[in-house]
Amino acid sequence: MFVIGERINGMFKNVAEAIKKKDKAVIQAIAKKQIAAGASALDVNVGPTSDDPKETMKWLVKSISEVTDITLAIDTTKLDVMEAGLDACKAKSILNSVNANDDKLKNLLPLAKKYNSSIIALTMDKVGIPKDSDGRLELAMKIVASCMEHGIDLSDLYIDAVILPINVAQVHAREVLKTIRESKMLANPAPKTILGLSNVSQGALPKYKSLINRTFVSMAISSGLDAAIMDAEDKDLMESVITAELLMEKQLYADSYIDAYKKSKNLS
Amino acid sequence: MERVIDKWQARISEVTIGSKKPVKIGGETGMFFIKDEDQCPNPPLVAMEVWDMEPPAWPDTLKSNFGSALSDPSAWARLCVEKFSADMICLRLASTHPDSKNSSVQDAGKTLESVLKAVDVPLIVIGSDSPEKDNDVMVQCAETAKGQNCLFGIATQDNYKTLAAACLSGGHCIISEAPIDINIAKQLNILICDMQFSSDRIVIHHATGALGYGLEYTYSIMERTRLAGLSDDKMLSMPLINFIGQEVWRTKEAKTGDETQKDWGPAKDRGALLETATACAYLNCGSDILVMNHPKAVEETKKIIKELCKG
Repeated sequence: MFVIGERINGMFKNVAEAIKKKDKAVIQAIAKKQIAAGASALDVNVGPTSDDPKETMKWLVKSISEVTDITLAIDTTKLDVMEAGLDACKAKSILNSVNANDDKLKNLLPLAKKYNSSIIALTMDKVGIPKDSDGRLELAMKIVASCMEHGIDLSDLYIDAVILPINVAQVHAREVLKTIRESKMLANPAPKTILGLSNVSQGALPKYKSLINRTFVSMAISSGLDAAIMDAEDKDLMESVITAELLMEKQLYADSYIDAYKKSKNLS
Repeated sequence: MERVIDKWQARISEVTIGSKKPVKIGGETGMFFIKDEDQCPNPPLVAMEVWDMEPPAWPDTLKSNFGSALSDPSAWARLCVEKFSADMICLRLASTHPDSKNSSVQDAGKTLESVLKAVDVPLIVIGSDSPEKDNDVMVQCAETAKGQNCLFGIATQDNYKTLAAACLSGGHCIISEAPIDINIAKQLNILICDMQFSSDRIVIHHATGALGYGLEYTYSIMERTRLAGLSDDKMLSMPLINFIGQEVWRTKEAKTGDETQKDWGPAKDRGALLETATACAYLNCGSDILVMNHPKAVEETKKIIKELCKG
């Protein structure tokens, strides 16, 4: 699975502090740690408190680029911050995110095209997140059509069916899984699917968060999930991902299959 | 009709063998010979077998090609390279088998040394199929050929540590073998890599079945291996080898003479044809080294490789 590490986010205290002090060593260490744990890309989010999000995004991207050329997912809702991030990124980038709003699609898809970025697209619009899979798929179809109009290769599109915290929106998990399965039928080649995984356990008891995350990711992989923004440093979670993919025959079995996966990805 | 071209995530690892005239194998970017998928960076190579004794079971139709060289491994190797254009030599130390001549470890080392001196092409060195004796013989041979970057075989799940350690210390590549079991093949490669062996120094042998003798099982497992390798499974992304001659010349179709089977076509052509046909099948499921016996089959196979690599 394509794992996008979630830790470079201004919502985390140590990242917020590093941003404030312009301490790039902290950011670079977090980046390296996630890559060593198995991340194939890193999410970059300046967080809610930055005074100058545009400059902060540029600084974050440049700081990370000094130590790795891994793919970066520029995570922001602001158009100018997005462009600043994509422009600063010399490696492959992912635009995180667009949704089914007309103005979002109109403004962001040309940016993705310009910077040759992959796209994460949330199945939501101005009205909000649909309660069922049919509503989500309708929005996904709108996004797919819009991408096609903009000449974007659908294998660069990741549909995010938006999982909500299980403690407040239990009914959504099942609908998200159904959306993942059926997104594959929207076009040929099919768009890819992604989840912001940690959201599912937001608000749950800390001792159960990892368990909820890894159970849900296994279920999602069995529904065809291609990628997740998640905590790559959660060893149990990573091993569940590897095992779920093994059971789905994405990897060939060998007795030391976890070891084989790590060797394939050059992980320690 | 639209041609479907697959985009692969990864490429097959490139293995360099030999030191005087090193060759590269592997490096495929797609399924073999599919235009626009596989750039065919290193065309498959043909190695010819040389034994350290006259092969007792070879029929005259095969032996007659080598004449007196059969009793002198270095002359035999030179003949294969100079006259028959072999890309590599596969030295089979058959005489070391306890049930054969039980030649000594030192004799094996001397034979290897003489062949190394006789030819510039890279060497494949394999034992006598006696696991215990092979361990001793290979340790000696890996030391004798130190720095020559030979390809040594054959490591199996039950017996890989000694050979892998000998290859590591002598700076050689290794053949890993798990007969018709892709999961064990993968596991064996993991185990060999755990010994600090670099994955780009391993060549996989699943098995070789001659035409009519289970070729299709090997074919499909090799195809699956290649698909896994191209899908970024690094523990299966190694080049592949097949012992074509060894298997074909065991079959009754290759060995039986004209006097017993008049309606099978002339015996002098039959074995070489079977060897060529078998080699062709393995080329098409990704074989990177074909170890062969009959000069005519070698010639034909090399022509076919050239044609296929034109795209």
